[in-house]
Amino acid sequence: MMGTVVIPPFERFYAEHNDEVFAVLARRLGRQRAEDAFQETFLRALRAYPSLRHGDHLRAWVLTIARNVAVDTHRREKPTVELEVDPAELPRRPAYAELEHLTGELTATERAAVVLRYAYDLPYAAIGAALGSSEDAARQAASTGVRRLRKTSHDQKERP
Amino acid sequence: MNVPTDLDRRFREAAQREGLVDVAYDLSDSPVGELLIAVTDRGLCRIAYRPEAALDELAADFGARVLKIPKRVDPVRRELDEYFEGKRRVFDLETDLSPVPDFHRLALRELALVPYGEVTTYGALAAKVGRPHAARAIGGAMNRNPIPIVLPCHRVVGANGKLVGYAGGLDRKELLLRLEGAIL
Repeated sequence: MMGTVVIPPFERFYAEHNDEVFAVLARRLGRQRAEDAFQETFLRALRAYPSLRHGDHLRAWVLTIARNVAVDTHRREKPTVELEVDPAELPRRPAYAELEHLTGELTATERAAVVLRYAYDLPYAAIGAALGSSEDAARQAASTGVRRLRKTSHDQKERP
Repeated sequence: MNVPTDLDRRFREAAQREGLVDVAYDLSDSPVGELLIAVTDRGLCRIAYRPEAALDELAADFGARVLKIPKRVDPVRRELDEYFEGKRRVFDLETDLSPVPDFHRLALRELALVPYGEVTTYGALAAKVGRPHAARAIGGAMNRNPIPIVLPCHRVVGANGKLVGYAGGLDRKELLLRLEGAIL
């Protein structure tokens, strides 16, 4: 076989993360509502799967999808809930840690987009799936986020 | 927390219903050991004696959305069961050989015509595809046959009648030929 397979077969990805995803969703939504959210999470992942170009950080990716599905579920009931990305549930890695102190002023969507794009190197289609938005919206969020980051670090340097 | 079995099954069926699956597969017991059986929308694409390695090959050949969906594989499983019970001599299944190189596909198409319970030789098969000196290349095509049993590469033996080789191991080749009554 020529070339190496970088993206694991979906079955292996699913088997590795399905219990954790279900646990996260059950904690946030209760067991009953977690069932629908579970299916939606992995269907979103499956839709975006062909756009992945490497198999790294898939756990962070699928947990971000799960959180946003959970938020969508909440939103349908209470329309004002903010999008949340809990950095504690993303695996540690230096690039992310470097970004962490800088990402405080971003919105949750921008922060997730910036981290998934620049720390985890995921393509925009996969980020869009994680954020429950389009590829363009994900690109937009990352670019706004980066602009805001530049401004933040610039302001910090200017400070006496 | 473990995913409830029923929820797991519903996800797999929803994935199928929404057309999000490149390859559906399942594992199945047989007299020649556990088999991985895989299908695409075009037909049966793989029978493998080594399931774990086969998953990666399927992802590379057909796309990474490889998912276990037992129901999709049932028609193949049924025909294989009948074959192993000695009740079926001809398989009636669509196949998907799209990743197979042209010459190999030609050889496999010719192979499919070798009847149940009979054997042919690598050389004879080479002659049939118009390359009488390509017995060795035919051997390569048989060795890489993605759908053993259904495409009966076990029915191809050496010119001297020796079994020669089989990607699944000679024991399996012998068992299949014995089952078909081709050897005693």
